[in-house]
Amino acid sequence: MKPLWWIGLVALLAVPLLDLLLPASWQIAGAMPKVFVFAIAALGVTVATGWGGLLHLGSAAFLAIGAYTYAVLTAPVFPFAIGFWPGLGAALVAGAVTGVLLGLPTARLRGDYLAIVTLGLGEIIQDVMRNLEPITKGAQGLSSLPGPAVPFAPPDAGWPGFYLYLGLLLAVVALLSRMRRSRLGRAMVAVREDEIAARCCAVDAGRTAVVAMAVAGALGALAGGLWAALYHSSNDPSTYDFSMSIMILGIAIIGGLGSPIGALVGALLLGGFSLVVLDRLATAMGGSVSDNVLMQPNNWKFLVYGLALILVMRLRPGGLCEEPKG
Amino acid sequence: MTWELLASILIIGLTNGLIISLVALGYTMVYGIVELINFAHGDLVMLGSFLALTCIALSGVHGDGSWLTIGALLVVVPIFTAAVNWAVERFAYRPIRSAPKLTVLVTAIGVSFVFVNLGLFWGGLPLDAFGGGRAAAAAKDVPELIGYANLLGAGCPIRITAKEILVVGITVPLLLGLTWFVRCTRLGTAMRAVAQDPVAARLMGIDVDRIISTTFVIGGALAGVAAVIWCVFNNTVFFTMGFRIGIDAFTAAVLGGIGNLPGAVLGGLLIGLVRALCEGAIDGGGQWVNTAVFAVLIAVLVFRPTGLLGARVREKV
Repeated sequence: MKPLWWIGLVALLAVPLLDLLLPASWQIAGAMPKVFVFAIAALGVTVATGWGGLLHLGSAAFLAIGAYTYAVLTAPVFPFAIGFWPGLGAALVAGAVTGVLLGLPTARLRGDYLAIVTLGLGEIIQDVMRNLEPITKGAQGLSSLPGPAVPFAPPDAGWPGFYLYLGLLLAVVALLSRMRRSRLGRAMVAVREDEIAARCCAVDAGRTAVVAMAVAGALGALAGGLWAALYHSSNDPSTYDFSMSIMILGIAIIGGLGSPIGALVGALLLGGFSLVVLDRLATAMGGSVSDNVLMQPNNWKFLVYGLALILVMRLRPGGLCEEPKG
Repeated sequence: MTWELLASILIIGLTNGLIISLVALGYTMVYGIVELINFAHGDLVMLGSFLALTCIALSGVHGDGSWLTIGALLVVVPIFTAAVNWAVERFAYRPIRSAPKLTVLVTAIGVSFVFVNLGLFWGGLPLDAFGGGRAAAAAKDVPELIGYANLLGAGCPIRITAKEILVVGITVPLLLGLTWFVRCTRLGTAMRAVAQDPVAARLMGIDVDRIISTTFVIGGALAGVAAVIWCVFNNTVFFTMGFRIGIDAFTAAVLGGIGNLPGAVLGGLLIGLVRALCEGAIDGGGQWVNTAVFAVLIAVLVFRPTGLLGARVREKV
């Protein structure tokens, strides 16, 4: 890793300490775990789209699966109540299984056809979660879920959650960096670059695609479980809509598709902008809630995203942390 | 199921299917020629609908039988959407045309976001029709331009109103005209040549940039027509409607075999029918409409990976 990354990492680790110096309305450590969740979800896209070349437009579906698996298994209204860590594990497994189920029938599809199937999954999951009322409680979602449990930490403090989520994120980044260099990671990239040549080198292209979907699904669902734990609720099913999938894809792309650290950088930029900066701006202007559509910071979100995507693609198509060729 | 119910479902399904087809043609034409899913296309319909509502509100001419207003809208709105689509191609897509497909696709997603945000701002205009600009994100009602009177007589169990006649009367000639244009004219032949092989087309003396611009202009104009029909038929506009329309239309294009013009129409009609059947014929089916549409799509793609009418192209080594 370059020295710059180390500086960035130390700065990130110091955020809760810096917060102690700032007035309450400017503290950001509380909002940062959401950004880390988006980074983990974007890492799933890094595997499927960046390495496997499978355009993934339905990552929010996997977040929904993870969030609802976690919610059903930990909610007090159901008899399971297995707690934070087992719930997270179950979400991970559910995501991986869904990824395999999606990957098996669609392993033949490539490019845009696969893209629309993943997009369709995103729409179907929203319908399912909304309509299976006895299990998912419909539009309300399941609430009163246990939050992140950190051993030996005071239960009410904000910083254990911050470091827990950051630690999980860094663990995933480290794991994926290893995976990229492994036989599996190289096989994925080989299939992306030239499927026929990869097949000639005895790479099972179909199996590689299914594994890529499974890994992406597992990471998406892990992010979903973490998301639900953060909100103590599975949220309304329409949270997991297409714009969430696109935000996750945008994070992976702006950072540099295929680069795990890029996903982290992208999440800090896009997620930090929408979840931290806009939020703080809105609070700062909060006293005077205006009818004027232009005066609400949140209304500028999509314009800024859109222009950011267009400009990054125009000026630096490989993303901010482009994966070196070769 | 009674035959009256079945007939009503067929009418609803086919008219909605025709509107979807109009938008789907914009997707499929652009895809056929530059292999780009133009994500912003549905949102272009949304912008067109906002323009239509603004025109209706400013002119103040509405009420049953405002055929002149509809005629004027059918001129103004397609010109606007065609110009916007032309500008987007010229300034956003053309500079990166030789870049990898994903780069262009992400740019299209970016354009779509910009459109959505512009629609939100547009909805905040201080006009009475927009609720005085107080709730920019809320859905706006479009004043009625044609009445609901049943043309088959008030007692008839099957309803056919002037709205359905309008949809069929506009879309069917347009679809036929477009087919004729692409098959028989010089420009249409050039478009098919560019779609097949841009390099070879350029060697034959075809101005590829101009053909691509023309494609975006035609697709944009179709989106404008679809926007006017949407306003007349559904009487509501909201800034996220482009996403819903875009998904249906794009699914239709893929279902029929993306890049294939008759395929887009077939796909659009099929999706209209599936939606209507799911809503009308199944108890509580209204909640599962999106699931039904995508289940059909996935089933078709699993057995025919290139869509219903898509040609199976052997990959070259």
